[in-house]
Amino acid sequence: MKTRTFLGFVAPSMAVMLLFIALPLVSVLWQSLHNTQRVFREQSVESCSPSFIGQTCVTEKRMQPVLDAEGRPVSETRFIGLESYRLLLAPELLSKAVRGVSGAFDELMRQDFYRALRFTLTFALVTLPFVLLIGLGLALGVDTLAKIWRGPMIFVSLLPYVITPVVGALSIRWLFIGDGILTAGLSALAGTKLSLFAQGWTIELLMILYRIWHIAPFAFVVFYAGLQTLDRSQIEAAVIDGATRAQRLRYVVLPHLMPLIVFVALIHLMDSYRVFEEIIGFSAQAHRISLQWLTFHYLTPDHTGNRAVSRASASAILTIIGVAILLLPLVIRTWRDRAREA
Amino acid sequence: MLRKLVIAAGLTITAAAPASAACAFQNQTPIKVLAASFAAWRAVTAAMQECGNVQVELDLQYRDKQPAALRAKPALYHIAGLAPNTLVPLLNDGSVRPLDDLVAKFGQNLQPNQLIRIDGKVMAIAMMINVQHLMYREDLLKQANVEPPKTYEELLKAAEAIRKAGLAQYPIGGTYKAGWDLATEFVNLFHGYGGQFIGQGNMPAVNGEAGRKTLEMMKALTGYMDPEFLVSDATFVQKQFQQGKIALSNLWSSRAGAMDNAAESSVVGKVTMAAAPAAMAGGKPATTVFWDGFSIARNITDAEAEAAFRVAMEGLDEEMVKANNAAAVWLVKGFETTRLAQGAIASAMAGAPPYPATTAMGFMHTALGENVADYLTGRKTLEQTLQAIEASYTTRAKEAGLLK
Repeated sequence: MKTRTFLGFVAPSMAVMLLFIALPLVSVLWQSLHNTQRVFREQSVESCSPSFIGQTCVTEKRMQPVLDAEGRPVSETRFIGLESYRLLLAPELLSKAVRGVSGAFDELMRQDFYRALRFTLTFALVTLPFVLLIGLGLALGVDTLAKIWRGPMIFVSLLPYVITPVVGALSIRWLFIGDGILTAGLSALAGTKLSLFAQGWTIELLMILYRIWHIAPFAFVVFYAGLQTLDRSQIEAAVIDGATRAQRLRYVVLPHLMPLIVFVALIHLMDSYRVFEEIIGFSAQAHRISLQWLTFHYLTPDHTGNRAVSRASASAILTIIGVAILLLPLVIRTWRDRAREA
Repeated sequence: MLRKLVIAAGLTITAAAPASAACAFQNQTPIKVLAASFAAWRAVTAAMQECGNVQVELDLQYRDKQPAALRAKPALYHIAGLAPNTLVPLLNDGSVRPLDDLVAKFGQNLQPNQLIRIDGKVMAIAMMINVQHLMYREDLLKQANVEPPKTYEELLKAAEAIRKAGLAQYPIGGTYKAGWDLATEFVNLFHGYGGQFIGQGNMPAVNGEAGRKTLEMMKALTGYMDPEFLVSDATFVQKQFQQGKIALSNLWSSRAGAMDNAAESSVVGKVTMAAAPAAMAGGKPATTVFWDGFSIARNITDAEAEAAFRVAMEGLDEEMVKANNAAAVWLVKGFETTRLAQGAIASAMAGAPPYPATTAMGFMHTALGENVADYLTGRKTLEQTLQAIEASYTTRAKEAGLLK
């Protein structure tokens, strides 16, 4: 292809990527290195609060934000370097924990960032094998069904994936929270009152089960499509050679599906590293938080209306770095395979 | 998605309200209201809608939406329903307007104690008092043979007696939902133990005797609560009461009316309201007095502000109060005290302090909401929790420019 033609094809998508991916990223990076503050001034303020008879008034010195002529707050932005990253990562504590100072590791795991990292990684890595196995199992199963049953079966299997994640999470939560119908049922079976939302590990388990239920159909549909492109004569040849069912799966089907398995694994790791809906849907934040939730939390106005934009941006950048590290082994593998083929 | 659901719910309320009934004027300007979702606001906004062209959104998460919505130009809402703590972010942004002119023109029916003055200017109009106070099941206490508790120690004893008598496994209800609700419970008790949150130079002062006692008492109370207390908000506790599951709670007075609502409640007439228990024997009730009311956005035209204020005055008229007397402890003319209002009145009369709505307290409340749950779940020890609260406060206050 001529360079000119190539550029003509690629330029529009490059421009869009620059506009919608690169520029926002640069902006987030800039915001993570800067902090915008209100300007406060100590002022004596009289404020009154109603009671039943008259009012209680107090005059006290308070820090009040300075407002400009139009009544808008005056603010200033300054460069703070890596301060926001330091607040999140607690490097002194990290180095203590690495050196094995007693108690430092526990202290580290109580920090929001590391707590969130612990849960996020567990969530991503525990759900991954289940999603792949269930997806593969479903695909192989549906593939052996009579033609007439495949359509309805695919439709039913895809339903969990079609549900909006927050709605799905909320409906599971309502089944289990308090006297939810399933908790009540389980309690009756167990003979004691169960409270699934009273401790962290049960909520964590529910969130993991929910995500597997939600995302396995995606793996299924991709693998099923892959199976349709499998050359049947290879299978027949294997049968003639006396290969058992397991051997056919291992030496013919899986190698054929391998690029798709890597693809699903990549997408799933990327998605589950950004786990967020489950935390909101299950109101898990008292027990379990994720990295994406942490970014959201810093962006939510606190009770003075202030947003920790700088820390939120730093947390977002760290999430991107985290995804990159997590995906590295799979990307390297794909790259090697390509190099070998070429 | 959640937001869409809430908006949809808001629109449904709009659609269900009766078209103009008893409003003194026909409102032609489209007016939007954002307020918290509880009985009093439902009554007030229904009365506002009688004037026509009023769109209402009631949402318990209003405090997350309001600052940004009112900072917009033009503001997304004209009338902001709020409380002393949620007024702070709007004052800091300069996004609500002084109301002195409008009060002079249209506020003839307002009582003097309804006017919330900050620095001499009327910045909000209060409509009701809201305070967390003791609600208890008189019948269950009698069966367990205990007196209504006056202090938190007695509250624990009463809960133990009720549990021993087999009347309820988890006798206490509490708004211990992680975040704002849980932090407010801390604030109440901490004041009760004589603590001051903010020290010299806006430095935090939680890590002390009062802080320790507060956390210990909170942990002791959770021993008598449904184990899922960290997701329990005011609506959850209200339902626990209505379904007869709990016997004692320090709950918002705005929820008192629901106890006697025969359509929802199985305990009509059985719940008695009393002053909040004291933290220390002989002390003031361990609670803080809030008000609910409204402000008008700055970033709207003067004509819109005038229409919004007039609509609000129609919402807060005597007629509305007479029809909804039990829905709240109203500050509006025409309110007659009922047995449901006794707890709020007793708490305020016994000297419960107003909620200290300042910017520094806003950071403190946020820091408490972020950390208190860690002690209750056992993730952090008492000392670690108190240190974490102070660290969290300092980080936020420095970030925002309050501390150098």
